[in-house]
Amino acid sequence: MAEIASLQEAVQTLIADHESVALEGFTHLIPQGAGHEIIRQGKKDLTLIRLTPDLIYDQLIGMGLVKKLIFSWGGNPGVGSLHRFRDAVEHQWPRELELEEHTHAGLANRYVAGASGLPFMVMKGYQGTDLLKNTKNAAVIDCPFTGEKVAAVAAINPDTTIIHAQQADRKGNVQLWGITGIQKEAAFSAKKVIVTVEEVVDKIEPRPNAVFLPSFTIDAVCKVPGGTYPSYALDYTKRDNQFYKKWDSISRDRNTFMNWMERHVLQTKNTEEFLRSLEGVVT
Amino acid sequence: MDYTPDEMMTIVAARQLTDGVSCFVGIGLPSAAANLARHLHAPESILIYESGTIGTKPVALPLSIGDEELAETSDTIVPLPEIFNYWLQGNRVDIGFLGGAQIDRFANLNSTVIGTYDNPNVRLPGAGGAPEIASMAKEVFIIMPLKKRAFVEKIDFITSAGFLEGSHSRTDLGFNGSGPSIVITDLGILRPDPESKELTLTELYPGVKEEQVQENIGWKLKIAKNVQVVEPPRDEELQKLRELKKA
Repeated sequence: MAEIASLQEAVQTLIADHESVALEGFTHLIPQGAGHEIIRQGKKDLTLIRLTPDLIYDQLIGMGLVKKLIFSWGGNPGVGSLHRFRDAVEHQWPRELELEEHTHAGLANRYVAGASGLPFMVMKGYQGTDLLKNTKNAAVIDCPFTGEKVAAVAAINPDTTIIHAQQADRKGNVQLWGITGIQKEAAFSAKKVIVTVEEVVDKIEPRPNAVFLPSFTIDAVCKVPGGTYPSYALDYTKRDNQFYKKWDSISRDRNTFMNWMERHVLQTKNTEEFLRSLEGVVT
Repeated sequence: MDYTPDEMMTIVAARQLTDGVSCFVGIGLPSAAANLARHLHAPESILIYESGTIGTKPVALPLSIGDEELAETSDTIVPLPEIFNYWLQGNRVDIGFLGGAQIDRFANLNSTVIGTYDNPNVRLPGAGGAPEIASMAKEVFIIMPLKKRAFVEKIDFITSAGFLEGSHSRTDLGFNGSGPSIVITDLGILRPDPESKELTLTELYPGVKEEQVQENIGWKLKIAKNVQVVEPPRDEELQKLRELKKA
Protein backbone atom coordinates (compact mmCIF):
# COMPACT_ATOMS: atom_id res chain seq x y z
CA MET A 1 0.00 0.00 0.00
CA ALA A 2 1.18 3.48 -0.79
CA GLU A 3 2.04 5.80 2.02
CA ILE A 4 1.19 9.44 1.64
CA ALA A 5 4.61 10.88 2.36
CA SER A 6 6.59 14.04 1.90
CA LEU A 7 8.76 14.00 -1.21
CA GLN A 8 11.81 14.54 0.97
CA GLU A 9 11.02 11.44 2.98
CA ALA A 10 10.16 9.32 -0.07
CA VAL A 11 13.43 10.13 -1.84
CA GLN A 12 15.38 9.59 1.36
CA THR A 13 13.97 6.14 2.08
CA LEU A 14 13.30 4.76 -1.42
CA ILE A 15 16.36 5.87 -3.42
CA ALA A 16 19.88 4.81 -2.53
CA ASP A 17 23.24 5.72 -4.05
CA HIS A 18 24.35 3.45 -6.94
CA GLU A 19 20.78 2.43 -7.75
CA SER A 20 18.86 2.75 -11.01
CA VAL A 21 16.07 5.28 -11.21
CA ALA A 22 13.56 5.96 -13.99
CA LEU A 23 11.87 9.37 -13.80
CA GLU A 24 9.47 8.83 -16.67
CA GLY A 25 7.23 11.21 -18.54
CA PHE A 26 6.98 11.74 -22.27
CA THR A 27 6.95 15.56 -22.61
CA HIS A 28 3.88 15.60 -20.36
CA LEU A 29 3.88 14.88 -16.58
CA ILE A 30 7.66 14.90 -16.15
CA PRO A 31 8.53 14.55 -12.45
CA GLN A 32 10.95 17.48 -12.31
CA GLY A 33 10.24 18.24 -8.65
CA ALA A 34 11.30 14.72 -7.65
CA GLY A 35 14.47 15.13 -9.72
CA HIS A 36 15.29 18.33 -7.82
CA GLU A 37 14.84 16.53 -4.52
CA ILE A 38 17.32 13.85 -5.66
CA ILE A 39 19.77 16.67 -6.46
CA ARG A 40 19.21 18.34 -3.08
CA GLN A 41 19.89 15.06 -1.29
CA GLY A 42 22.95 14.45 -3.48
CA LYS A 43 22.20 10.84 -4.36
CA LYS A 44 25.32 9.50 -6.07
CA ASP A 45 26.42 7.20 -8.90
CA LEU A 46 22.91 6.76 -10.22
CA THR A 47 21.95 4.87 -13.33
CA LEU A 48 19.20 6.95 -14.89
CA ILE A 49 16.70 5.44 -17.29
CA ARG A 50 14.30 7.32 -19.54
CA LEU A 51 13.22 7.43 -23.17
CA THR A 52 13.54 11.20 -23.36
CA PRO A 53 16.05 12.56 -20.86
CA ASP A 54 15.28 16.25 -20.89
CA LEU A 55 15.95 19.21 -18.63
CA ILE A 56 15.81 17.38 -15.31
CA TYR A 57 18.25 14.71 -16.53
CA ASP A 58 20.48 17.46 -17.94
CA GLN A 59 20.52 18.89 -14.40
CA LEU A 60 21.22 15.58 -12.68
CA ILE A 61 24.04 14.85 -15.17
CA GLY A 62 25.49 18.37 -14.84
CA MET A 63 25.54 18.02 -11.05
CA GLY A 64 27.72 14.91 -11.39
CA LEU A 65 25.22 12.49 -9.85
CA VAL A 66 24.87 10.16 -12.82
CA LYS A 67 27.16 7.26 -13.67
CA LYS A 68 25.17 5.76 -16.53
CA LEU A 69 22.30 6.84 -18.75
CA ILE A 70 19.98 4.40 -20.51
CA PHE A 71 17.93 6.36 -23.04
CA SER A 72 16.58 6.72 -26.57
CA TRP A 73 16.53 10.48 -27.33
CA GLY A 74 18.52 13.09 -25.43
CA GLY A 75 17.63 16.58 -26.58
CA ASN A 76 15.70 19.68 -25.62
CA PRO A 77 12.52 19.09 -27.65
CA GLY A 78 12.03 21.67 -30.40
CA VAL A 79 14.98 23.70 -29.07
CA GLY A 80 18.20 21.74 -29.63
CA SER A 81 20.89 20.14 -27.52
CA LEU A 82 21.01 19.22 -23.87
CA HIS A 83 24.29 20.98 -23.15
CA ARG A 84 25.13 19.31 -19.85
CA PHE A 85 24.53 15.88 -21.41
CA ARG A 86 26.72 16.84 -24.36
CA ASP A 87 29.45 18.22 -22.13
CA ALA A 88 29.49 14.96 -20.17
CA VAL A 89 29.73 12.81 -23.32
CA GLU A 90 32.07 15.06 -25.28
CA HIS A 91 34.35 16.32 -22.49
CA GLN A 92 33.60 14.06 -19.50
CA TRP A 93 32.49 17.08 -17.46
CA PRO A 94 31.88 16.90 -14.57
CA ARG A 95 32.52 13.17 -14.92
CA GLU A 96 32.43 10.40 -17.48
CA LEU A 97 28.95 9.29 -18.46
CA GLU A 98 28.38 5.72 -19.56
CA LEU A 99 25.68 5.41 -22.24
CA GLU A 100 23.33 2.67 -23.27
CA GLU A 101 21.12 3.77 -26.08
CA HIS A 102 18.05 2.43 -27.79
CA THR A 103 15.23 3.49 -30.03
CA HIS A 104 12.00 4.71 -28.42
CA ALA A 105 10.27 1.50 -29.46
CA GLY A 106 13.17 -0.56 -28.11
CA LEU A 107 13.29 1.03 -24.68
CA ALA A 108 9.48 1.08 -24.47
CA ASN A 109 9.48 -2.65 -25.12
CA ARG A 110 12.21 -3.21 -22.52
CA TYR A 111 9.81 -1.71 -19.97
CA VAL A 112 6.96 -3.87 -21.32
CA ALA A 113 9.10 -6.99 -20.78
CA GLY A 114 10.04 -5.77 -17.30
CA ALA A 115 6.42 -5.05 -16.42
CA SER A 116 5.31 -8.45 -17.78
CA GLY A 117 7.88 -10.52 -15.91
CA LEU A 118 9.44 -11.65 -19.19
CA PRO A 119 13.20 -11.86 -19.92
CA PHE A 120 12.80 -9.97 -23.21
CA MET A 121 10.35 -8.61 -25.76
CA VAL A 122 10.32 -9.23 -29.46
CA MET A 123 9.95 -6.48 -32.02
CA LYS A 124 11.03 -5.44 -35.47
CA GLY A 125 13.65 -2.75 -35.84
CA TYR A 126 17.32 -2.25 -34.91
CA GLN A 127 18.39 -4.21 -38.01
CA GLY A 128 20.47 -2.25 -40.47
CA THR A 129 21.41 0.34 -37.83
CA ASP A 130 24.67 0.87 -35.93
CA LEU A 131 22.70 0.82 -32.67
CA LEU A 132 22.98 -2.97 -32.54
CA LYS A 133 26.81 -2.87 -32.41
CA ASN A 134 26.77 -0.51 -29.46
CA THR A 135 23.96 -1.83 -27.31
CA LYS A 136 24.27 -5.14 -25.55
CA ASN A 137 20.61 -5.30 -24.56
CA ALA A 138 19.32 -5.65 -28.11
CA ALA A 139 19.98 -8.64 -30.36
CA VAL A 140 18.67 -10.16 -33.58
CA ILE A 141 17.11 -13.62 -33.14
CA ASP A 142 15.20 -16.09 -35.30
CA CYS A 143 11.47 -16.48 -34.80
CA PRO A 144 10.99 -20.11 -33.65
CA PHE A 145 7.82 -20.44 -35.76
CA THR A 146 8.57 -18.70 -39.05
CA GLY A 147 12.34 -18.27 -38.99
CA GLU A 148 11.92 -14.54 -39.55
CA LYS A 149 14.70 -12.37 -38.11
CA VAL A 150 13.38 -10.21 -35.28
CA ALA A 151 14.93 -8.00 -32.63
CA ALA A 152 14.93 -9.02 -28.98
CA VAL A 153 15.29 -6.39 -26.28
CA ALA A 154 16.12 -7.35 -22.70
CA ALA A 155 13.71 -6.58 -19.87
CA ILE A 156 14.49 -3.53 -17.80
CA ASN A 157 13.57 -3.35 -14.10
CA PRO A 158 14.51 -0.05 -12.46
CA ASP A 159 15.18 -0.09 -8.74
CA THR A 160 12.82 2.88 -8.49
CA THR A 161 10.42 4.50 -10.92
CA ILE A 162 9.12 7.99 -10.27
CA ILE A 163 6.16 9.40 -12.18
CA HIS A 164 3.88 12.41 -11.77
CA ALA A 165 0.07 12.18 -11.88
CA GLN A 166 -2.82 14.60 -11.67
CA GLN A 167 -4.61 12.97 -8.74
CA ALA A 168 -4.33 10.61 -5.80
CA ASP A 169 -6.88 9.79 -3.11
CA ARG A 170 -6.13 9.42 0.58
CA LYS A 171 -5.62 5.67 0.23
CA GLY A 172 -2.85 6.27 -2.30
CA ASN A 173 -4.71 5.28 -5.47
CA VAL A 174 -3.52 7.33 -8.42
CA GLN A 175 -5.06 8.56 -11.67
CA LEU A 176 -3.27 10.20 -14.60
CA TRP A 177 -4.50 11.17 -18.06
CA GLY A 178 -3.59 12.97 -21.26
CA ILE A 179 -0.32 11.80 -22.79
CA THR A 180 0.54 8.90 -20.48
CA GLY A 181 3.55 7.71 -22.46
CA ILE A 182 5.36 4.79 -20.87
CA GLN A 183 4.53 5.57 -17.25
CA LYS A 184 2.38 2.52 -16.55
CA GLU A 185 5.06 0.15 -17.85
CA ALA A 186 7.81 2.07 -16.03
CA ALA A 187 5.88 1.76 -12.78
CA PHE A 188 5.01 -1.92 -13.23
CA SER A 189 8.58 -2.88 -14.12
CA ALA A 190 10.12 -1.20 -11.07
CA LYS A 191 10.95 -2.64 -7.68
CA LYS A 192 9.84 0.58 -5.92
CA VAL A 193 7.43 3.26 -7.13
CA ILE A 194 7.06 6.90 -6.13
CA VAL A 195 4.23 9.01 -7.54
CA THR A 196 4.11 12.78 -7.12
CA VAL A 197 0.67 14.33 -7.68
CA GLU A 198 -0.93 17.70 -8.29
CA GLU A 199 -3.76 17.06 -5.90
CA VAL A 200 -4.94 14.63 -3.21
CA VAL A 201 -8.73 14.24 -3.42
CA ASP A 202 -11.26 12.49 -1.19
CA LYS A 203 -12.55 10.35 -4.00
CA ILE A 204 -11.15 9.85 -7.48
CA GLU A 205 -13.75 10.30 -10.20
CA PRO A 206 -12.81 7.64 -12.75
CA ARG A 207 -12.08 9.03 -16.22
CA PRO A 208 -12.47 6.93 -19.34
CA ASN A 209 -9.10 5.88 -20.72
CA ALA A 210 -7.14 7.29 -17.81
CA VAL A 211 -4.33 5.27 -16.27
CA PHE A 212 -5.36 4.13 -12.79
CA LEU A 213 -2.72 2.73 -10.45
CA PRO A 214 -4.13 1.06 -7.34
CA SER A 215 -2.44 1.92 -4.08
CA PHE A 216 -0.89 -1.54 -3.72
CA THR A 217 1.27 -0.97 -6.83
CA ILE A 218 2.88 2.12 -5.30
CA ASP A 219 5.23 2.70 -2.36
CA ALA A 220 4.86 6.42 -1.79
CA VAL A 221 2.51 9.15 -2.98
CA CYS A 222 3.69 12.72 -2.50
CA LYS A 223 1.71 15.87 -3.06
CA VAL A 224 3.86 18.15 -5.22
CA PRO A 225 1.67 20.70 -7.04
CA GLY A 226 3.49 22.20 -10.02
CA GLY A 227 6.02 19.36 -9.71
CA THR A 228 6.32 18.95 -13.46
CA TYR A 229 7.37 22.52 -14.26
CA PRO A 230 8.37 23.44 -17.00
CA SER A 231 6.51 20.37 -18.26
CA TYR A 232 2.79 20.26 -17.50
CA ALA A 233 -0.08 18.31 -16.01
CA LEU A 234 -3.04 18.41 -18.40
CA ASP A 235 -6.04 20.24 -16.87
CA TYR A 236 -3.83 21.59 -14.04
CA THR A 237 -0.81 23.43 -15.44
CA LYS A 238 0.54 24.70 -18.79
CA ARG A 239 3.81 23.74 -20.46
CA ASP A 240 6.22 26.68 -20.25
CA ASN A 241 7.74 26.61 -23.73
CA GLN A 242 9.64 29.83 -22.98
CA PHE A 243 11.51 28.10 -20.18
CA TYR A 244 12.53 25.24 -22.46
CA LYS A 245 13.98 27.86 -24.83
CA LYS A 246 15.64 29.68 -21.96
CA TRP A 247 17.26 26.48 -20.68
CA ASP A 248 19.45 26.55 -23.77
CA SER A 249 21.34 29.60 -22.53
CA ILE A 250 21.25 28.66 -18.84
CA SER A 251 22.79 25.26 -19.52
CA ARG A 252 25.27 26.17 -22.28
CA ASP A 253 27.91 27.54 -19.92
CA ARG A 254 29.18 25.54 -16.93
CA ASN A 255 29.27 28.48 -14.53
CA THR A 256 25.89 29.87 -15.50
CA PHE A 257 24.47 26.41 -15.01
CA MET A 258 26.09 25.89 -11.60
CA ASN A 259 24.95 29.30 -10.39
CA TRP A 260 21.41 28.64 -11.55
CA MET A 261 21.33 25.26 -9.82
CA GLU A 262 22.73 26.80 -6.64
CA ARG A 263 20.20 29.59 -6.57
CA HIS A 264 17.06 27.77 -7.70
CA VAL A 265 17.53 24.17 -6.60
CA LEU A 266 20.16 23.80 -3.87
CA GLN A 267 19.07 26.93 -1.99
CA THR A 268 15.37 26.11 -2.18
CA LYS A 269 13.78 23.53 0.10
CA ASN A 270 11.05 22.18 -2.14
CA THR A 271 9.10 22.64 -5.37
CA GLU A 272 7.02 25.48 -3.94
CA GLU A 273 10.15 27.48 -3.09
CA PHE A 274 11.74 26.50 -6.40
CA LEU A 275 8.75 27.86 -8.33
CA ARG A 276 8.72 31.03 -6.21
CA SER A 277 12.43 31.56 -6.88
CA LEU A 278 11.68 31.70 -10.60
CA GLU A 279 9.04 34.40 -10.31
CA GLY A 280 10.18 37.49 -12.15
CA VAL A 281 13.28 35.64 -13.36
CA VAL A 282 11.70 33.50 -16.02
CA THR A 283 8.30 34.60 -17.27
CA MET B 1 5.22 37.04 -53.24
CA ASP B 2 8.89 36.70 -52.25
CA TYR B 3 9.84 33.59 -50.36
CA THR B 4 12.84 32.04 -48.62
CA PRO B 5 14.45 28.68 -49.58
CA ASP B 6 13.22 27.39 -46.24
CA GLU B 7 9.63 28.31 -47.04
CA MET B 8 9.92 26.71 -50.47
CA MET B 9 11.23 23.50 -48.89
CA THR B 10 8.37 23.35 -46.38
CA ILE B 11 5.75 24.04 -49.06
CA VAL B 12 7.19 21.41 -51.42
CA ALA B 13 7.11 18.92 -48.54
CA ALA B 14 3.48 19.80 -47.79
CA ARG B 15 2.53 19.19 -51.44
CA GLN B 16 3.76 15.58 -51.19
CA LEU B 17 1.05 14.68 -48.66
CA THR B 18 -2.10 13.41 -50.33
CA ASP B 19 -5.42 13.76 -48.55
CA GLY B 20 -6.52 10.98 -46.22
CA VAL B 21 -3.08 9.51 -45.47
CA SER B 22 -1.85 8.73 -41.98
CA CYS B 23 1.39 10.54 -41.35
CA PHE B 24 3.91 10.12 -38.52
CA VAL B 25 5.25 13.60 -37.84
CA GLY B 26 8.36 14.89 -36.08
CA ILE B 27 8.92 18.37 -34.69
CA GLY B 28 10.28 21.21 -36.83
CA LEU B 29 10.06 21.15 -40.64
CA PRO B 30 7.99 17.93 -40.82
CA SER B 31 5.43 19.32 -38.37
CA ALA B 32 5.21 22.60 -40.29
CA ALA B 33 4.82 20.78 -43.63
CA ALA B 34 2.22 18.28 -42.41
CA ASN B 35 0.10 20.93 -40.74
CA LEU B 36 0.31 23.17 -43.78
CA ALA B 37 -0.95 20.28 -45.93
CA ARG B 38 -3.79 19.66 -43.47
CA HIS B 39 -4.86 23.30 -43.70
CA LEU B 40 -4.72 23.33 -47.52
CA HIS B 41 -5.29 20.27 -49.71
CA ALA B 42 -5.23 17.43 -47.15
CA PRO B 43 -7.85 18.21 -44.47
CA GLU B 44 -8.57 14.51 -43.91
CA SER B 45 -4.95 13.51 -43.31
CA ILE B 46 -4.30 11.94 -39.93
CA LEU B 47 -1.31 13.42 -38.14
CA ILE B 48 0.35 11.17 -35.58
CA TYR B 49 3.00 12.40 -33.16
CA GLU B 50 5.17 9.92 -31.30
CA SER B 51 3.77 11.07 -27.96
CA GLY B 52 0.78 8.90 -28.89
CA THR B 53 -1.49 11.71 -30.08
CA ILE B 54 -3.43 10.53 -33.13
CA GLY B 55 -5.43 12.76 -35.46
CA THR B 56 -4.18 16.00 -33.95
CA LYS B 57 -5.37 19.31 -35.38
CA PRO B 58 -3.17 22.01 -33.85
CA VAL B 59 -3.88 25.64 -34.72
CA ALA B 60 -0.38 26.77 -33.73
CA LEU B 61 2.73 24.72 -34.49
CA PRO B 62 3.79 22.84 -31.35
CA LEU B 63 7.28 23.27 -29.85
CA SER B 64 7.46 19.66 -28.66
CA ILE B 65 5.83 16.40 -29.72
CA GLY B 66 3.75 16.47 -26.54
CA ASP B 67 2.46 20.05 -26.23
CA GLU B 68 -1.00 20.32 -24.67
CA GLU B 69 -2.29 21.64 -28.00
CA LEU B 70 -1.63 18.19 -29.50
CA ALA B 71 -3.25 16.35 -26.61
CA GLU B 72 -6.30 18.60 -26.60
CA THR B 73 -6.97 18.48 -30.36
CA SER B 74 -6.33 14.77 -30.95
CA ASP B 75 -8.91 12.09 -31.78
CA THR B 76 -7.27 9.85 -29.22
CA ILE B 77 -4.10 9.48 -27.18
CA VAL B 78 -2.51 6.06 -26.94
CA PRO B 79 0.36 4.82 -24.74
CA LEU B 80 3.85 4.49 -26.22
CA PRO B 81 4.01 0.70 -26.61
CA GLU B 82 0.79 0.99 -28.61
CA ILE B 83 1.93 3.81 -30.88
CA PHE B 84 5.11 1.94 -31.78
CA ASN B 85 3.90 -1.68 -31.73
CA TYR B 86 0.33 -1.48 -33.06
CA TRP B 87 0.43 1.62 -35.22
CA LEU B 88 3.92 1.83 -36.66
CA GLN B 89 5.01 -1.82 -36.53
CA GLY B 90 1.44 -2.90 -37.28
CA ASN B 91 1.74 -1.17 -40.65
CA ARG B 92 -0.86 1.54 -40.06
CA VAL B 93 1.33 4.51 -40.91
CA ASP B 94 1.40 5.57 -44.57
CA ILE B 95 4.02 8.29 -44.44
CA GLY B 96 6.91 8.96 -42.07
CA PHE B 97 8.63 12.34 -42.21
CA LEU B 98 12.31 12.36 -41.21
CA GLY B 99 15.39 14.56 -41.12
CA GLY B 100 18.85 14.11 -39.67
CA ALA B 101 22.28 15.62 -39.17
CA GLN B 102 23.84 13.55 -41.98
CA ILE B 103 22.56 11.66 -45.00
CA ASP B 104 24.42 9.54 -47.58
CA ARG B 105 23.72 8.70 -51.22
CA PHE B 106 21.48 5.80 -50.22
CA ALA B 107 19.41 7.98 -47.87
CA ASN B 108 20.72 6.42 -44.66
CA LEU B 109 20.43 8.94 -41.82
CA ASN B 110 22.59 9.82 -38.85
CA SER B 111 21.16 11.60 -35.81
CA THR B 112 23.47 10.03 -33.20
CA VAL B 113 27.07 11.33 -33.33
CA ILE B 114 29.49 13.31 -35.47
CA GLY B 115 32.85 11.56 -35.12
CA THR B 116 33.32 8.16 -33.53
CA TYR B 117 30.67 6.71 -31.26
CA ASP B 118 32.99 6.27 -28.28
CA ASN B 119 34.66 9.65 -28.59
CA PRO B 120 32.31 11.93 -30.55
CA ASN B 121 33.06 15.49 -31.65
CA VAL B 122 29.37 16.25 -31.42
CA ARG B 123 26.90 14.21 -29.46
CA LEU B 124 23.47 14.50 -31.14
CA PRO B 125 20.16 13.59 -29.46
CA GLY B 126 20.06 10.06 -30.87
CA ALA B 127 17.48 7.73 -32.35
CA GLY B 128 14.12 8.51 -30.78
CA GLY B 129 11.43 7.08 -33.03
CA ALA B 130 13.36 7.62 -36.27
CA PRO B 131 14.79 4.10 -36.88
CA GLU B 132 11.37 2.46 -36.67
CA ILE B 133 9.74 5.18 -38.75
CA ALA B 134 12.46 4.67 -41.38
CA SER B 135 11.96 0.91 -41.50
CA MET B 136 8.21 0.60 -40.90
CA ALA B 137 6.31 3.54 -42.36
CA LYS B 138 5.01 2.47 -45.76
CA GLU B 139 6.88 5.37 -47.35
CA VAL B 140 9.40 7.87 -45.96
CA PHE B 141 9.77 11.54 -46.88
CA ILE B 142 13.07 13.15 -45.87
CA ILE B 143 13.39 16.92 -45.45
CA MET B 144 16.89 18.37 -45.09
CA PRO B 145 18.44 21.64 -46.24
CA LEU B 146 21.47 21.05 -48.48
CA LYS B 147 24.86 21.44 -46.79
CA LYS B 148 28.15 19.80 -47.62
CA ARG B 149 28.67 18.67 -44.04
CA ALA B 150 25.20 17.08 -43.98
CA PHE B 151 25.14 15.39 -47.41
CA VAL B 152 28.25 13.26 -47.02
CA GLU B 153 30.00 10.36 -48.75
CA LYS B 154 29.95 8.30 -45.56
CA ILE B 155 27.80 9.03 -42.51
CA ASP B 156 29.42 8.57 -39.11
CA PHE B 157 26.64 6.38 -37.69
CA ILE B 158 23.63 4.67 -39.26
CA THR B 159 20.79 5.67 -36.95
CA SER B 160 17.99 5.09 -39.46
CA ALA B 161 18.28 2.82 -42.46
CA GLY B 162 17.52 4.13 -45.92
CA PHE B 163 18.64 1.78 -48.68
CA LEU B 164 21.79 0.70 -46.78
CA GLU B 165 24.32 -0.31 -49.48
CA GLY B 166 21.81 0.35 -52.26
CA SER B 167 20.17 -2.03 -54.75
CA HIS B 168 18.30 -4.80 -52.85
CA SER B 169 20.20 -4.54 -49.54
CA ARG B 170 17.17 -2.98 -47.83
CA THR B 171 14.61 -5.49 -49.10
CA ASP B 172 16.95 -8.31 -48.01
CA LEU B 173 16.32 -7.30 -44.40
CA GLY B 174 12.55 -7.65 -44.83
CA PHE B 175 11.50 -4.24 -43.58
CA ASN B 176 7.77 -3.45 -43.59
CA GLY B 177 8.20 -0.14 -45.37
CA SER B 178 9.49 0.61 -48.84
CA GLY B 179 11.91 3.31 -47.64
CA PRO B 180 12.57 6.92 -48.61
CA SER B 181 10.81 7.93 -51.82
CA ILE B 182 11.92 11.56 -51.81
CA VAL B 183 14.50 13.88 -50.26
CA ILE B 184 13.17 17.43 -50.18
CA THR B 185 15.93 20.04 -49.85
CA ASP B 186 15.99 23.83 -49.96
CA LEU B 187 17.25 23.84 -53.57
CA GLY B 188 15.60 20.88 -55.23
CA ILE B 189 14.38 17.31 -54.95
CA LEU B 190 16.34 14.05 -54.95
CA ARG B 191 14.72 10.66 -55.51
CA PRO B 192 16.21 7.16 -55.33
CA ASP B 193 17.03 5.49 -58.65
CA PRO B 194 14.54 2.61 -59.13
CA GLU B 195 17.33 0.03 -59.50
CA SER B 196 20.48 1.18 -57.70
CA LYS B 197 18.53 3.23 -55.10
CA GLU B 198 21.14 5.98 -55.35
CA LEU B 199 19.72 9.46 -54.77
CA THR B 200 19.31 11.32 -58.03
CA LEU B 201 18.49 14.98 -58.68
CA THR B 202 15.08 14.99 -60.37
CA GLU B 203 13.67 18.48 -59.73
CA LEU B 204 15.07 21.96 -59.17
CA TYR B 205 13.41 24.97 -57.59
CA PRO B 206 12.91 28.06 -59.80
CA GLY B 207 16.18 29.88 -60.51
CA VAL B 208 18.41 27.16 -59.04
CA LYS B 209 21.19 25.61 -61.16
CA GLU B 210 22.37 22.00 -61.01
CA GLU B 211 25.86 23.13 -59.97
CA GLN B 212 24.49 24.83 -56.86
CA VAL B 213 23.07 21.51 -55.72
CA GLN B 214 26.31 19.65 -56.45
CA GLU B 215 28.32 22.30 -54.57
CA ASN B 216 26.42 21.41 -51.42
CA ILE B 217 26.74 17.65 -51.70
CA GLY B 218 29.80 15.65 -50.66
CA TRP B 219 29.56 12.98 -53.38
CA LYS B 220 29.31 13.07 -57.17
CA LEU B 221 25.58 13.54 -57.57
CA LYS B 222 23.61 11.59 -60.16
CA ILE B 223 21.39 13.83 -62.24
CA ALA B 224 18.21 12.70 -64.00
CA LYS B 225 17.90 13.05 -67.79
CA ASN B 226 15.05 15.54 -67.67
CA VAL B 227 15.32 17.64 -64.54
CA GLN B 228 11.99 19.39 -63.99
CA VAL B 229 11.42 22.79 -62.40
CA VAL B 230 9.07 22.87 -59.44
CA GLU B 231 6.22 25.37 -59.35
CA PRO B 232 7.05 28.27 -56.99
CA PRO B 233 4.95 28.77 -53.83
CA ARG B 234 1.44 30.00 -54.47
CA ASP B 235 0.26 32.97 -52.43
CA GLU B 236 -2.21 30.91 -50.41
CA GLU B 237 0.52 28.41 -49.52
CA LEU B 238 2.85 31.13 -48.30
CA GLN B 239 0.15 33.00 -46.41
CA LYS B 240 -1.03 29.88 -44.60
CA LEU B 241 2.53 28.83 -43.72
CA ARG B 242 3.32 32.26 -42.28
CA GLU B 243 0.04 32.27 -40.39
CA LEU B 244 0.86 28.88 -38.84
CA LYS B 245 4.34 30.00 -37.83
CA LYS B 246 3.02 33.18 -36.25
CA ALA B 247 0.18 31.54 -34.31
